[in-house]
Amino acid sequence: MGRGGRLAIIGALFAVAVGLVVFTVMAFLRSSPPTVDFTAGHQAGAPVDLTLQTVGSIGTGIHPSWVSYLTQTPGGQWVHTTLWDLPAHTRINVTVHQYDGGSPLRNQQYGQVTGTIGDDAILNGKSFTVINANNGNGVAHTFAIPTLGISVPLYANNGNGNLCAVAPCPTNSPHNIVRFSFMTPGPGQYPWQCFLPCGLGYLYGNGGPMQTIGYMDGFLKVVA
Amino acid sequence: MNGGGETHHFRRLGVIWAVLAVAFDLVYYFAIGPHVPPGTLTSTASGAQFDFNILFLVAFPVMAAVWVYWAYALIVWRGSKSDLAEPEGGPKSRGHLGIQVGWIATTTVIVLGVFVFGTVELIVPAGAGGGEGPSPIWTPTSHEVLPIQVIGQQWQFTYRYPTFGGFESRQLMVPAGTTIAFHVTSLDVIHSFWAYQLGVKADANPSVDNVAYTTTKQPGAFTVRCGELCGLWHGAMYNFGKVVPKAQFFVWAQSTEHRSAANTKNLPPFAYTYVPDANGANGGYYPDNVDPYSKVETYGATSPGK
Repeated sequence: MGRGGRLAIIGALFAVAVGLVVFTVMAFLRSSPPTVDFTAGHQAGAPVDLTLQTVGSIGTGIHPSWVSYLTQTPGGQWVHTTLWDLPAHTRINVTVHQYDGGSPLRNQQYGQVTGTIGDDAILNGKSFTVINANNGNGVAHTFAIPTLGISVPLYANNGNGNLCAVAPCPTNSPHNIVRFSFMTPGPGQYPWQCFLPCGLGYLYGNGGPMQTIGYMDGFLKVVA
Repeated sequence: MNGGGETHHFRRLGVIWAVLAVAFDLVYYFAIGPHVPPGTLTSTASGAQFDFNILFLVAFPVMAAVWVYWAYALIVWRGSKSDLAEPEGGPKSRGHLGIQVGWIATTTVIVLGVFVFGTVELIVPAGAGGGEGPSPIWTPTSHEVLPIQVIGQQWQFTYRYPTFGGFESRQLMVPAGTTIAFHVTSLDVIHSFWAYQLGVKADANPSVDNVAYTTTKQPGAFTVRCGELCGLWHGAMYNFGKVVPKAQFFVWAQSTEHRSAANTKNLPPFAYTYVPDANGANGGYYPDNVDPYSKVETYGATSPGK
């Protein structure tokens, strides 16, 4: 093979390598959990039901040991995501199936229910406004939308119980059901998060799933 | 150019510069200056606004001198003008002793003046709203100081009011006409409490009580942002606060104290610092042989079920 041929092959290989690198980087940067759409077919004024679950370990994917939220689609399918399209100025009725164990809160301030309709939430059928995370099973996670002033502590299950370790969890696994409602504001993107540092194995518990959208952080994408 | 010509140009330049500099400084001082951020909500904000205005009033004449000379040279000494003599080089162009001395003296006075002014303004009033650490050197003269603790946590600031039973709130309300001592700390990583319109900025470090003072003036609204990159939702770590009349503040504080009582009793006793929980839920990255539920490791919390 002549010199020109060799140069052409090297050039082609170099171009392929650069293309692969660019493709990989762009794929990583553009990767995002799916968004569950609660606006399709929504009738103005009607409330939206948002059903979630929290699990101690997702059990699958690239981080099977990470704690996570899951979202149930309007069709009843559980999806590993924390991104939702929600209609503006609408009552959202949230139901959280909480399957995880707990601990004290780093800041007991988040043991208080705020920003919900009625400033309370319902734990296994009973209304509450405060959970003392230092008592009982402690708190597993919180559901909080800081910019809207919403924060709800999610009471934990007994850590000695046979807790679900692979999501989505069946309803016969030990769990608590927490219900609350809030109103969506005008259109915009509103970040939400857990305020209990539950990133097992990370410094101060705030790494890993606590810093990753799709696990313990997400967005409400409120649309008109 | 002869000596008379140089004098003529110099005087003309001087007049143009002086008129522009004085005119713009007057316009700036009376029309723009009062609206310069961060405003006048507090003593420290007013101080910052005053500093910005003084620095601009000093800087504009310098800038004007450069621009006027540049424009004058472009217009008057254009090479295409046929009646101009070629510029002279060599020893004749080496300058004018008076101008050289004047230039050095003027710039020295400006630089040293700005240095002294800036240094003094960083100190008064009471640290100029900056975090002074746990043992402030520059303290307010007021005998009545309202302490408010600012607690940073990924990703929200909360506020404790030790003189109202130690309740903790996600709202920041402060009374007008009052000297405030912000005690800024963190429960995890480094944050920075930046209440822009209050003219206050202090780092929030775990296990450190970083004190910053300000004195509020009239009622108004302000924004608090985190000024230290602190993780995923750093950009969303903000909230809005209010300076309200004293009577309104006391109503709010007392009602919030009452409303929060059920949760306040669960909070750790008020302290200027808290040793943050080194671990997350049921484990995490913490030193060996440290009980993750020990008092010092969990913001005063006890183990669930104990």
